Amino acid sequence: MNSNKPTAYNNRLGIKGWVYAGRYTFERYLYLGHRVSGLGLIAYMVLHIIETANRMRGVEAWQGLMALFASWPFKIIEYLLFAMAVFHAMNGVRLLVTELGFFLGKPREPVYPYSTSIKRHRPLTFVIMGLAAMIIILGGSSLFFP
Amino acid sequence: MSDRKTTPREITFQVRRFDPDSDVAPHWGEYKLHVHDGMTVLEALHQLKAEQEPTLAWRSSCRMGVCGSCGMFINDLPQLACQTQVLHLGTDVVTVAPLPNYENVKDLVPDLEPLIEKHAAVKPYIISLDQIEINAPTGEFLQTPEERESISQFTHCIKCGLCLAACPTVATDPLFLGPQALAQAYRYSADNRDCGLHDRLEAIDLFHGPYQCHLAGACSQACPKGVDPAFAIQLLKRTLVLDSIGFGKKKSSVAKIMPLADVVKAIEEFAPPPRTV
Repeated sequence: MNSNKPTAYNNRLGIKGWVYAGRYTFERYLYLGHRVSGLGLIAYMVLHIIETANRMRGVEAWQGLMALFASWPFKIIEYLLFAMAVFHAMNGVRLLVTELGFFLGKPREPVYPYSTSIKRHRPLTFVIMGLAAMIIILGGSSLFFP
Repeated sequence: MSDRKTTPREITFQVRRFDPDSDVAPHWGEYKLHVHDGMTVLEALHQLKAEQEPTLAWRSSCRMGVCGSCGMFINDLPQLACQTQVLHLGTDVVTVAPLPNYENVKDLVPDLEPLIEKHAAVKPYIISLDQIEINAPTGEFLQTPEERESISQFTHCIKCGLCLAACPTVATDPLFLGPQALAQAYRYSADNRDCGLHDRLEAIDLFHGPYQCHLAGACSQACPKGVDPAFAIQLLKRTLVLDSIGFGKKKSSVAKIMPLADVVKAIEEFAPPPRTV
């Protein structure tokens, strides 16, 4: 490489680019939530395999672990996991519906002020997210107040 | 209505500076400017350059939101500097940085080469099965107003690159084609005169293609021409699904040709009335 050649600065946002949703719209935050919850569920799957592998260490080890999981901190973690799973699934339904072209409207001549498909499918977004919130709240009440 | 007689407001501009010849990393320069109603960020930059900072570099041309050269990261959103009025931003401090997700050549100048390369990769032109007609045309391919309207929105792209700067997936995946190229892939694949979807599949691969898009909608929010790239990407996904299960575009749907003689006749038929003055 020619050392005299001026080098451009790498301005790629990287992880910050998808973690920080800043002044973008609601759907940008859903994108963030979808990815974070997806990573959380993958992490859970790995931990779940490690956890169930403890059964091989005998009944006492297994029962000790189960007693630990029955404690409050783990209940809260379990609830967060449940909330992540519900959010990811419901948002996944939204993505599936839109990926098949539904609830986005039809292509049209762009006339200012522009109407985007994101705005047009927002009622669906609110309905699905409302349902997700209801399931998460109901799930929490049954988990913490059985 | 804008009234330039109103008292100018003092606005602090924080402009990101980077000189590849002397700087290792960018730094911020702070400048104060009296801004009047209606003044755009581009006009402000011109005034700053003329009065305070002659070495300030950026790229711009038409000053009317047509050429797409002056894309910048203004107050943390990718916007065209020529279409962004300073006082409409509603802040006393305005930050101006180069578009993220591109290499920064100097000050506010991004290197848009990846945008153009990705655009070219999706073969943004009509690919017809009728090569004889393409090479030696005997007429014009027909397109109804409805067929035109189904793709018209996506033809307005000015390649300003704001959508790639806004896209959170582009931020982490340099190989992701991005909203601009994918929207153009759909624009041409959906054209009734085109049969090139399968030719574009190599570029629209699965790992760095449309399925990396999780509908954040930031590209559509940023687009200054209302192209709505996020919409085009969802329609491209639908096209790919339909094609994979055998409901794709049939060869019989290729545009019919209107012979040149008929084209001339049609032009005469729809000719404007004779001039009266």
